Amino acid sequence: MEVQIVADTVELEVRDLDFHYSGDIHALKKINLSVHRNKVTALIGPSGCGKTTLLRCFNRMHDLYPKNRYEGEIRFQGKNILSNSTDLINLRSRIGMVFQKPTPFPMTIFDNIAYGLKLKGITQRSELSERVEKALVHSVLWDEVKDKLNASAYELSGGQQQRLVIARALAVEPEILLFDEPTSALDPISTAKIEELVVAIKREVTIVIVTHNMQQAARISDWTGFLMLGELIEFGGTEKIFTAPSEKLTEDYVTGRFG
Amino acid sequence: MTAEQKRKVEGAVALALSTAAAFLGLFWLVFILGDVLFHGIRALTPDLFLNDPVPPGVEGGGLRNAFVGQLMITVCATLIGVPVGILGGTFLAEYARGWKIARFISILADIMVSVPSIVIGTFIYAILVKPVGHFNGWAGAIALSIIMIPVVLRTTEDMLSLVPWTLREAAFALGAPYYKVITQVVYRGAATGILTGILLSIARVAGETAPLLFTSFNNSFFSLNMHQPVASLTVTIFQYAMGPYESWHEQAWAASFVITVFILLLTMAGRLLIKWRYK
Repeated sequence: MEVQIVADTVELEVRDLDFHYSGDIHALKKINLSVHRNKVTALIGPSGCGKTTLLRCFNRMHDLYPKNRYEGEIRFQGKNILSNSTDLINLRSRIGMVFQKPTPFPMTIFDNIAYGLKLKGITQRSELSERVEKALVHSVLWDEVKDKLNASAYELSGGQQQRLVIARALAVEPEILLFDEPTSALDPISTAKIEELVVAIKREVTIVIVTHNMQQAARISDWTGFLMLGELIEFGGTEKIFTAPSEKLTEDYVTGRFG
Repeated sequence: MTAEQKRKVEGAVALALSTAAAFLGLFWLVFILGDVLFHGIRALTPDLFLNDPVPPGVEGGGLRNAFVGQLMITVCATLIGVPVGILGGTFLAEYARGWKIARFISILADIMVSVPSIVIGTFIYAILVKPVGHFNGWAGAIALSIIMIPVVLRTTEDMLSLVPWTLREAAFALGAPYYKVITQVVYRGAATGILTGILLSIARVAGETAPLLFTSFNNSFFSLNMHQPVASLTVTIFQYAMGPYESWHEQAWAASFVITVFILLLTMAGRLLIKWRYK
């Protein structure tokens, strides 16, 4: 067995995080957890438990809507990203996101991937082509689209669109990639491909994935957090959460007694 | 008569009445179009497009001044009205989304769409013709652009609102600033819809007479000067149709034909775009 020389590094540290939606809806209560570098962290829990809300705190997506309020800290490589001085454009280029439904832009396959690169100021055609190809190879889509890079992204199937969106997110080389139920709109084969992809890319990027599919969390994640009613009930190694949880609630949920 | 028979008779009456109403409407439409077509095509000559008006009685006059004038006024109106309309619609749908003021402006724009165009004509007369001392082309262009703005603004607002929010979120998640999200992603998603709105708004103003009567008025001579009165097809049709000369009537028919075909084509292009986009 290979000896692990590098100890787990904490990439994202959530400390006493409280979140209120406008209208004073208390959606997250005193969340504490650590996201480890180059690992897959899964967030599970019943509908409305706050897992997506928590995920969207990590790239400050809630700031798009008025009167949402954060309290506490989320430290990303030591710096609190919830502070007012955080440059959101910079933050979001370092912490990418993939949504539940595929969100290709109304442009060609090539332009979809190049979009984030252009935002980063890359304009040279040769470098764009090179990095677009790299991203598509990376997300195992290259062989399927290499002959139609100038076709509209809407011509792809749902599963292909989702891999395109992952390629688009990977192209800008983020440090963390957030997945919000990325397979809930896909068929089993497309789902399997996305899961393989997630495991494959964790060598380069830290992954946080929200899923309501417990088997998926068990299959692909290293760490799992279980949330309920806005509280983090338990957080730990995936194996432990699924085989020997410390909390009764966690056990009831992962064994399917409710949820 | 049994209840069933009664229902059948009522049904037949309703069908007959609505069919008659539909045909009555269609009859006049076909009549008008046919009449314009019949008289217009007969009067259509190359001279119409190549020559300027000549005194009644002289052979071979045309309406080149009015065609060029109409084009200048419409193009200027479009250049003013479209950017203001699109930017206004963008403000309402994007930046002011959910604000009370946005809803208020939206309703105002809807009212503006139905304001009689002659009211806009007299208003522009008061602020851009009277102070200047003479009719001028710019006043006409601005009057038409004021009619265009609410149409383009509301279409833009509606089309932008139809673009799903997840698409914006996806662009934000890549680290795009809001103005780039709007110009590079949202506009692209709404492009055909906005273009349709623009085409239909041009079609709307191209046939306006009343606002031009008070602003750009008319000019019997060929002129490219927008500071002076500029001829337009609609005002020329009005004047020639009212005039006493047979040759004027013929040219009015021909001009009516050309402008009708132009508006018809614009409207069809707009409709086709919608169909093509949402098929």
